[in-house]
Amino acid sequence: MIRLELTRRPQHSALFSLVSPLLALALTLLAGVILFTWLGKPPAAALYSYFIEPLTEMWSLHELAIKAAPLIIIAVGLCVCYLSNNWNIGAEGQFLMGAIAGSALPVLAPQFANGATLPLMILCGMIGGAAWAAIPALLKTRFNANEILTSLMLVYVAQLFLDWLVRGPWRNPQGFSFPGTITFNEFALLPELMPASGRANLGFVFALVVAVLVWFLLTRTLKGFEVRVLGQSPRAGRFAGFSPAKMTVFAFLVSGALAGLAGISEVAGAVQHLNEKLSIGYGFTAIIVAFLGRLNPLGAVVAGLLLALTYLGGEAAQISLGISDKIARAFQGALLFFVLACDTLIIYKIRLSFGGRRATGSV
Amino acid sequence: MRKLLLAMTAALATTAMTGLAHAQMEKVKACFIYVGPIGDFGWSYQHHQGLLAVEQALGDKVETAYLESVPEGADSERALERFARSGCNIIFTTSFGYMDATNKVAGKFPDVKFEHATGYKREHPNVSTYNARFYEGRYIQGVIAATMSKAGTAGYIASFPIPEVVMGINSFVLGAQSVNPDFKVKVVWANTWFDPGKEADAAKALIDQGVDIITQHTDSTAPMQVATERGIKAFGQASDMIKFGPETQLTSIIDNWAPYYIKRVQAVLDGNWEQVDVWAGMKEGEVVMAEYTNMPDDLKAKAAEIEAKIKSGEFHPFTGPITKQDGTEWLKAGEVSDDGTLLGMNFYVKGVDDQLPQ
Amino acid sequence: METWVAILLTVTTAATPLLIAALGELVVERSGVLNLGVEGMMVMGAVTGFAGAQIFGDPWAGVALAIVTGALFSLLFGFLALTLATNQVATGLALTLLGIGISGMIGEKFIGIPGLRMEPIFVPGLSDMPVVGRLLFGQDPLFYISIALTVAVVWFLFRTRAGLTLRAIGDSHGSAHALGIKVIRIRYLAVMFGGACAGLAGAHLSLVYTPQWVENMTAGRGWIALALVVFASWRPFRVLIGAYLFGAITIMQLHIQAMTLSEMTFLPGAIYALAAWVKSVPAQFLSALPYLATVVVLVLISRNRRLTMMNTPAALGRPFVPDR
Repeated sequence: MIRLELTRRPQHSALFSLVSPLLALALTLLAGVILFTWLGKPPAAALYSYFIEPLTEMWSLHELAIKAAPLIIIAVGLCVCYLSNNWNIGAEGQFLMGAIAGSALPVLAPQFANGATLPLMILCGMIGGAAWAAIPALLKTRFNANEILTSLMLVYVAQLFLDWLVRGPWRNPQGFSFPGTITFNEFALLPELMPASGRANLGFVFALVVAVLVWFLLTRTLKGFEVRVLGQSPRAGRFAGFSPAKMTVFAFLVSGALAGLAGISEVAGAVQHLNEKLSIGYGFTAIIVAFLGRLNPLGAVVAGLLLALTYLGGEAAQISLGISDKIARAFQGALLFFVLACDTLIIYKIRLSFGGRRATGSV
Repeated sequence: MRKLLLAMTAALATTAMTGLAHAQMEKVKACFIYVGPIGDFGWSYQHHQGLLAVEQALGDKVETAYLESVPEGADSERALERFARSGCNIIFTTSFGYMDATNKVAGKFPDVKFEHATGYKREHPNVSTYNARFYEGRYIQGVIAATMSKAGTAGYIASFPIPEVVMGINSFVLGAQSVNPDFKVKVVWANTWFDPGKEADAAKALIDQGVDIITQHTDSTAPMQVATERGIKAFGQASDMIKFGPETQLTSIIDNWAPYYIKRVQAVLDGNWEQVDVWAGMKEGEVVMAEYTNMPDDLKAKAAEIEAKIKSGEFHPFTGPITKQDGTEWLKAGEVSDDGTLLGMNFYVKGVDDQLPQ
Repeated sequence: METWVAILLTVTTAATPLLIAALGELVVERSGVLNLGVEGMMVMGAVTGFAGAQIFGDPWAGVALAIVTGALFSLLFGFLALTLATNQVATGLALTLLGIGISGMIGEKFIGIPGLRMEPIFVPGLSDMPVVGRLLFGQDPLFYISIALTVAVVWFLFRTRAGLTLRAIGDSHGSAHALGIKVIRIRYLAVMFGGACAGLAGAHLSLVYTPQWVENMTAGRGWIALALVVFASWRPFRVLIGAYLFGAITIMQLHIQAMTLSEMTFLPGAIYALAAWVKSVPAQFLSALPYLATVVVLVLISRNRRLTMMNTPAALGRPFVPDR
């Protein structure tokens, strides 16, 4: 019987850091060829519209930036959490609470429209997201409650809260009873970067800036060192005088604030009013982005763009070749599997072993 | 040859009429964007049936494309722009939530025609809106329900308290009261358009409370199946659900978008597309009643008669005297509601056994 | 009385798929693995259950196919998360994406077809007993399976050596490995059991609950099952209680909506007041209650370290790679 065995490498393999994505890409392409041929679609054309077509036009690049921005911003915050061994999977809820807190100003006080509106909204959005993230953090540090599960539960609560707000007290009085707030005034909208060629807005700049800032924090500061030490060994961290509890609060506040920033940027950027459909799983997809980016904020930028591309490519393939949304979705899932699987090579050596000659203790 | 001549005259006439140089087209690309999967067997499914009908009717003069399960936020604007850039001549945006995106993209692509279902914003001359008067069918359902029910109470599975749904409940109640003034309607808000399990649960709850007719304003066939299992009667929704309840379905309101879609795509071909705000109903064939089944013949005849009267314009379901739930008068005797009030409807008429969620 | 029996029957139907899926995930989590792909495996079970019943003309064939599919589909997760030690959260989420996509592809042919219903089994004699007869002896087969499964999982986890081993792995895979336990092999079996249960739960949806196939018909029930496992603090009998509580809340909410206050006057004072209150608060608030309750329960069981040690799989979500 053939089996795979993993051995941890003494340090991350630089070679495989480069080879792994290429290998994943090759496997994805192979799977794509098989899948599309089997479905009777021309594989080359399908792969072209999936991966290349969205990149060939300027407007489409703008759209890529719009789709990637929230994913990147959330994923960057999650990197801090996951590296410090805090498992926040409720970013979706923090995203929504950020959107809600940031929208309060233009919805409740639309007459307050001046240069301070947008900065205040962004600040409120970050505070809203951080406050929502503080709940699982405090429940963990005070009561030892598993943060994976509390943060997940709070996602549902946030979704229902948003639903209630936009159908009830915050509903647009001129909106024929349809759910959704009034459209924001122009001072409450994120400016577009290059209006001549597309609608990408400041949100993408936020994404790049936070990615660089958090990267700097993690790799060049003492705080970053603390994050890593506590993440790898809380015991060692404690000896070094670091507090795991304080780190939990810190990591949740950072990732919550960033998820909140993503939320308010999405509302003030592409959507321009708050409605119940805002939640389409950015917070969950960002978890995948964080891991695809190998928990490196700069990697998250690349991963966010890649994942955004699969959404755009899925649409392009639907339009040009009639490849259904389900196929696009399944293909996206396969791509994620390949990337996750290949990344194992960076941390571990993989050895094929044959039955009977197994090293003792292997499984 | 004759066809060509005719077409040319038509084109000339149009040009003369509108004063614009609308060119006739050899071939048109019609594109559709759906909020759900085409496999929902409800709202998006019916719009997709419209697409298929367009293909059938116009043959090789039309090319179609569609995008399904497009979320109503930032994604819809991108999807529409991709459509517009991929050479679509006319784009049908089939959900209310696409309203802002439709108008925004329409502003950028003045040569592409946009048709937005169920919305009210037409910010550019190339945006039309269309909707169907489903309430016409619900009135007939109310008449049938009140005649067939022994319990004197029907169960209504509703989705969300938006005007479309409230209007449907009111129309149903008015129809029922025309037969039995004491008829009661129990409303359950499922707070979803589509969750077969929850819709089934809602149907069971209503039946357990003694209703013996089920009607729904949610999309799945689950309530029909529950009604079948419990041996009572029910109305279908969106499509003909007779397969799911051969001995259960009384009739169904079918969303038949085909006539409108064919007409509008044809208009683009002919070069005479113009902005409209259409609210069509039974008369135009957009609201179709599935065959009246599982009821006595005289009731079938009565239902058909009301249907004919609605089609001819002789009768409007919202004709006074109608009192609101709170007892105040809404319409005087003989007065007919204007469309604006219906489209913004946020009150019940007298006789609804529910409090409208605010 | 008739009405109450009917209501309880509705509750069991709503609770059964949640119970089955949650029991599977419970075993997975007890072994220290967090598989967030329940929704994806469940929707795969729903479509293959429906397809199997259509193709072979027998709902049982559908059930069998759904179980096998769920188990096989979970192997994808197993291979990545266990053999390749990828992050479990990310892998589980990717599995859900994949499941929703593939199920849609498989299901295209089955849309708009009324499905085969799995008929209830009436135990002769017993099912005619007043009240309990129908409830206990006149249910669909999957209801009996779900109850038997609960008992079996309790017995397995707390009464067998294999169960002890599984829990030991969940608490500390390092120590278990040192004792010579084949950590990964047992986790594979647990993951497959979880997949099989999710598949079965999906089949319940498309063969019992609402015998039809429509895309995304699970509508988030996989996520609720995940919440239930935590709510139950990883105890099978509490999962049963939790599933029924959740089902009951959902159903009662629908009932209270359908009733007018004047129809409720027969209820005893306290219940009447409760019902009136439920009618007056927004629906979203009620829907949020189970999730808030889960958080509260989690806090209550976690603050007591001893209880936590007993119940929470300490190694949950952490990858294991044997050292050499």
